[in-house]
Amino acid sequence: MNVGLFIPCYVDQFYPNVGIATLRLLESLGVKVVFPMEQTCCGQPMANSGFQSLSAGCDKNFIRNFADCDVVVGPSGSCVLHLKEHLHSDEQPAEATRLRNNVYELCEFLTDVLKVEELPKARFPHRVGLHTSCHGQRGLKLSSMSELVAPKFSKPEHLLNLVDGLDLVPLSQPDECCGFGGTFCVFEEALSSKMGKDRVDDHLRHGAEVITGGDMSCLMQLEGVLRRQKSPVRVMHIAEILTSGN
Amino acid sequence: MDTASPKHAKAAEAFLRDEENTDWHNETLWFVRSKRDRAAQSLPEWEQLREQASQIKAHTLSKLDDYLIQLEENARQNGIIVHWAANGDEHNQIVLDIMRKHKATKIVKSKSMLTEECHLNPFLIKEGIEVIDTDLGERIVQLRNEPPSHIVLPAIHLKKKHIGDLFHIHLGTEAGATDPQYLTEAARIHLRQKFLLADVAITGVNFAIAETGGFVVCTNEGNADLGAHLAKVHIACMGIEKVIPQAEHLGVFLRLLARSATGQAVTTYSSHFRKPAPGQEMHLVLVDNGRTRQLASPDFRNSLKCIRCGACMNTCPVYRRSGGHSYHTAVAGPIGSILAPNIDMKEYADLPFASTLCGSCTNVCPVKIDIHQQLYKWRQVLGEAGAVESTKKVGMTGMDVLFSHPWLYRFAGRAGRWFMQKFPSLANKPSLNPWAIHRDMPKPPEQSFRDWYAQQNQKKNG
Ligand code: SF4
Repeated sequence: MNVGLFIPCYVDQFYPNVGIATLRLLESLGVKVVFPMEQTCCGQPMANSGFQSLSAGCDKNFIRNFADCDVVVGPSGSCVLHLKEHLHSDEQPAEATRLRNNVYELCEFLTDVLKVEELPKARFPHRVGLHTSCHGQRGLKLSSMSELVAPKFSKPEHLLNLVDGLDLVPLSQPDECCGFGGTFCVFEEALSSKMGKDRVDDHLRHGAEVITGGDMSCLMQLEGVLRRQKSPVRVMHIAEILTSGN
Repeated sequence: MDTASPKHAKAAEAFLRDEENTDWHNETLWFVRSKRDRAAQSLPEWEQLREQASQIKAHTLSKLDDYLIQLEENARQNGIIVHWAANGDEHNQIVLDIMRKHKATKIVKSKSMLTEECHLNPFLIKEGIEVIDTDLGERIVQLRNEPPSHIVLPAIHLKKKHIGDLFHIHLGTEAGATDPQYLTEAARIHLRQKFLLADVAITGVNFAIAETGGFVVCTNEGNADLGAHLAKVHIACMGIEKVIPQAEHLGVFLRLLARSATGQAVTTYSSHFRKPAPGQEMHLVLVDNGRTRQLASPDFRNSLKCIRCGACMNTCPVYRRSGGHSYHTAVAGPIGSILAPNIDMKEYADLPFASTLCGSCTNVCPVKIDIHQQLYKWRQVLGEAGAVESTKKVGMTGMDVLFSHPWLYRFAGRAGRWFMQKFPSLANKPSLNPWAIHRDMPKPPEQSFRDWYAQQNQKKNG
C-alpha cells in the first residue's frame, strides 16, 4: 500500500512538529509513507467562504501530487472532510473520485485500516482533555454524537486509551464547537473568540493539563485563547501524544 | 448586486459585550437542548421516527399541489373559508378585508411565525386595528416593541427583571417585582380582558391535514383555544408547507415536535380544528411567500420540511451566544439563515456565514433537514451571485493563486514566518489582524514541515 502523507498548509507552516509526529507514528506502525513535495492546501478556506469555484487550481494540484498514492492520510479532520466531499476535477473525474474515496483522517486510518490495538511505547502521564472537532465527529463520524440516539464510541478516545499513564478528563459538553470555523474566526471575531474561551473553560474546569484533538485548526483556536490567558495548559495534536515516549 | 454587510457579526459583537448576559442566554438554551436530549433518549425508536417524519415530508413536498387542493376542498366542505396568498402583502390584505367585512377592530393573536414573516402586526396597527399577542412571551416582546428572538421561546433573551420593569410600566405591577407567579398572574388578568373583547382571533397552524380538511394548533398556554373559542371569527394563517397527507401522520409529528422543542413528551394543548362552531366563522389563509421558489430548487427544497420546533436554535453554538435578534429576520438561527436569503438574497447574504458549519443543527432536526449542508450551498450561491463582501473575494482569489502554485506557496510561507518572527507585535496587532483582538497567534517555527522533510531526505541520501 502506497500511503501519501497529506500535511495541510497551516500544519506545514505553523505546526511542523505535528507533521513530524504523524510521519513517525505511521512509520513506527510499519507503514511506508511518501510526502509529495509540491502539495499545498485542500481548498477548504475558499470553499467555506463561498468560492468553491475558485478552488479548481488547488484541486488540480492536489490530484497531481497524490496520483501515485493508493491512499492519502492527513492529520486534520476538516481538511480530510473537505477533500472527501468536494475534491473535484473536470479533466480527471475518475482520479478525483478515487482519491475522494481513499483519503483518511489519521485516527480513522489507525483504527479502521491499521486496526491499531496497542501502542506499547506510548507513555503520557498527564490529565488530558480531548477536543472533539465537529468536522471529524459529525462529518467523518470519528465518534458518536450527543444529539443522536445511538451507541457511544470514539476513535480518538480508543487510541488515547492505549497510551500508558494518560488520564482522560470528562467534559460537561463533550462535543461543543470551538468556534474556529475557517474564515468565521476572523469575520465573526467576537463570537468566535467567545466560543473558544467557553471551550477552553470546560477543559480547565475539569483539570486538563493538556488539550488534544485531531484537528490542529481547532487546537490553534484553543491555543490562541490559552496563550492570551497566559495559561500553563498546552495544546498537543493527538499524533504528538501517541508518539510520546517513542 | 450590492454586497452584504456583516450585520450579524456586528450585532453579535454588541450582544457579546454583556458577557454575563451572553453566558446566561447560552446556558438557558443549552438547558433546553439537554432536556430535548433526555426526551429523545427516552424513545429507543427516536431515529426511526425522524426518518419517518422526513420521508412523510419529502413525499408531501413531491405532491404539494395535490395535497393543497385536497386540503382546500375538504376544508371548504367543512365550512371553512379558504384563501390563497402569493406573498406577505396579499396575506395581510386578506386579513384586513375580513376585519372590514365584520367591522372588527380588535384581534387576539396566538403565536404564529408566519404572521411575523409577513409583518402583519405593524400593517394592521397602521390600519387602526388593535392586535394583541396572547402568548406570554410574544406579549412581552410586543410590549417592548421588539420582534420575537426565538420561534418557540420568543422572550428568551430577557430576564425576569426586564419583565418586571416592563409590566410595571404597562400593566401597573409593583416596581421591582420579579416573582414569576405574580407577574404571570398580572399578565393573565390583562390578557383575559383582551380575550373577552376581541372580535377576531388569529392563530397559526402547526399541521393541516389534507385528508380531513382540518388543522392542528399546538400551544402550551391554551391561549389559541381561548381566543378561537371566544371570538366570532377565527382566522388561521399557514405557510403552504404545513400540510400533511393524513391524520394518521399526525402522531409522528406531535411526538417529535414537543420533544425537540422543549423536551416535553407532548405539547400541553394540541387543538384540532375541523369546522366552525355554530354562529362562528372560520378562515384558512394559505401563504406562499417564496415557498414555491424554494420548492423548485433541489438544493434548498428540504428546508420546507421544517416544523418550527426551534431545536436547531437551541443547539446552535452561534445562536446561543449571539441572540435571535442578531439574525435580523423573523425566523432566526440555522433554519432562518437558510429561509431568509430565499426571501431577499441581498438583505440576508450574511446569514449563511453566521455559522461554523459544526453540523449539530442537522443532527437535532426532527425532520432531518441537512441544515449545515444547505448553509454551505447558500455560500456558494451567494459567492457566485457576487453577494459576498468584495474583500473576501479578493482574499480568496489570492489564496487560489497561492495554493495553485507550490513555489509561490513555499515562498509566501517562508516570508510569512520570517515576518512573524521579526515583527511579532505587528502580527499580533488587533487593528491589522482581527484574530489577535482576543487571541494570540501561534509562534512561527524556524522551519516548515516541508523544509524539515527535505533536509531529512538529504541527510539520508548522502
Ligand atoms: S429546521 Fe429542523 S430543528 Fe430547526 S426548527 Fe425546523 S424542524 Fe426544528
